[in-house]
Amino acid sequence: MSNILDLNLAGLQKAIRDKNLSAKEITEAYLQAIEQNYQSNCFISVTEEKAIQMAKESDKRIERGEALALDGIPIGVKDLFCTSGVRTTAGSNILSNFVPQYESTVTEQLWRDGAIMLGKCNMDEFAMGSANTTSYFGSVENPWTTRAKFGKKLVPGGSSGGSAAAVSGGLAVAATGSDTGGSIRQPASFCGIVGMKPTYGRCSRWGMVAFASSLDQAGPLTRTVQDAAILLKSMAGYDPKDSTSANVSVPNFELALNGDIRGLRVGVPREYKREETPPEIENLWQKGIDILKKAGAVISDVSLPHTKYALPTYYIIAPAEASSNLARYDGVRYGLRAEQAELQDMYQRTRDEGFGDEVKRRILIGTYVLSAGYYDAYYLKAQRVRALIKQDFDNVFENVDVLLTPTAPSEAFAIGENDDDPIKMYLNDIFTVPTSLAGLPAISIPGSLSDTGLPLGLQVVGKMFDEESVLKVGDILESGVEFTLQEVGKQ
Amino acid sequence: MSLDKTMVQRVSQLARIEIEETQLETTARELNNILEWIEQLNEVDTEGVEPMASVTGHELPKRDDDVTDGGYPEKVLKNAPDRESDFFAVPKVVE
Repeated sequence: MSNILDLNLAGLQKAIRDKNLSAKEITEAYLQAIEQNYQSNCFISVTEEKAIQMAKESDKRIERGEALALDGIPIGVKDLFCTSGVRTTAGSNILSNFVPQYESTVTEQLWRDGAIMLGKCNMDEFAMGSANTTSYFGSVENPWTTRAKFGKKLVPGGSSGGSAAAVSGGLAVAATGSDTGGSIRQPASFCGIVGMKPTYGRCSRWGMVAFASSLDQAGPLTRTVQDAAILLKSMAGYDPKDSTSANVSVPNFELALNGDIRGLRVGVPREYKREETPPEIENLWQKGIDILKKAGAVISDVSLPHTKYALPTYYIIAPAEASSNLARYDGVRYGLRAEQAELQDMYQRTRDEGFGDEVKRRILIGTYVLSAGYYDAYYLKAQRVRALIKQDFDNVFENVDVLLTPTAPSEAFAIGENDDDPIKMYLNDIFTVPTSLAGLPAISIPGSLSDTGLPLGLQVVGKMFDEESVLKVGDILESGVEFTLQEVGKQ
Repeated sequence: MSLDKTMVQRVSQLARIEIEETQLETTARELNNILEWIEQLNEVDTEGVEPMASVTGHELPKRDDDVTDGGYPEKVLKNAPDRESDFFAVPKVVE
């Protein structure tokens, strides 16, 4: 059984093609792994019956010789993608009883291609967090707690913490995530896997529980770059139901992984060098530069002068959009309702009981920066700085093709650490937020282990809709660093 | 700009999030910490810079004003906390 869990997505595809494994065998192996590692809390809901049913359908198609691209591939779905008939909570009490009657476009496309749903992955409440500790359904344990023999339970990062920990721990071969300010890339870095945030507009947001609509973007969490390319192809594409979805064709991303980056121009942004960065992360960054140079890339020093203002800009724009998006949770049409005699009391009690502390904090900040008298000073100011941040990237991309940076400023930390200081928690996203504000595609690649034996990631950032260069460079880095996940599925 | 207790109360009412009287001070302090940190944006010269709401620059697509969906009240009401016939039910608003 254990060798099933050792295979990556591409490996499973081959095993299915060669008739060495059936969809049912693969799915059962994963369901068993989930059951054995239940305490890791990676899943809010496990959809065992549905998974077996989908696997049987995959096997029928395979038998008939009509196999689809993802037939027999069991994946985890972040619990903010609405799944028809399957509870979707966004990690919140306010949606703890919500059963969508429709399917998100991203998951619909994955099922269209034959993928199998194992269950719904844990996440920070409404995707607001960097440690998966704000989930109403409890924290998630990073599988590296055991691998590194760390004394305390480690966070998987967030907000796609359940998805990342599941993929790293062998409880799903791949998973969907969503990234608003780093929520795919930072947990991928903390868990030693690949995480990709595509260009804003590449994947439809339809049926994805909204946090900050001008930033939210779905993407894959996988064991390898090739797996990310395969899954993204299925997730991406124009959708008229999302007015911000980009009407551009979806390339076969896998074909971009040709190993040839000769002459490719790689920028190293000097503002990402911070005194606080641990030397092991600096060393990994240098190692990444050396690998790309050796493969024929041209490295240059570049400047993104407004980098330091990205986080404060984000913490105006994201809460502002969140306060507006989350106004819909009022106990009237769906979700939790706190019964009260008066309507106004009902709204207030429902939201008070339904939202956790971090969500309330961001709604309050968002409401304040959008309120009369403060809108210009905060919200419009942030939108102007956002334009400057985007301009920085546009300028740099006139001379380089991709950027290389670390993914996160630290390795994974213990559950409970940073919980009492919101700003310290926000700083986790210091290297990922600028890209989000600019809407650019970016990937995190596991690079090395820290002195404590925990994974560290490298980030590659590309031009708008140039996921292909990002994946290509990611692939070269992946081969160069020779990082391997140890003992998948044996936590 | 810093938030005082009255302002926190006002914002909490706007957001329909209850904050207990005893918590107002703590909440004000927490929010002020974040706002002070955010205010470093004032260092940035944004004179003449247009506020950016969308990164793609796409114009929002328009479609014909036709009914393309609907006709399934059971689905719509499936998650309703309370309903009467084909309507969502709420506490009485008008006497």
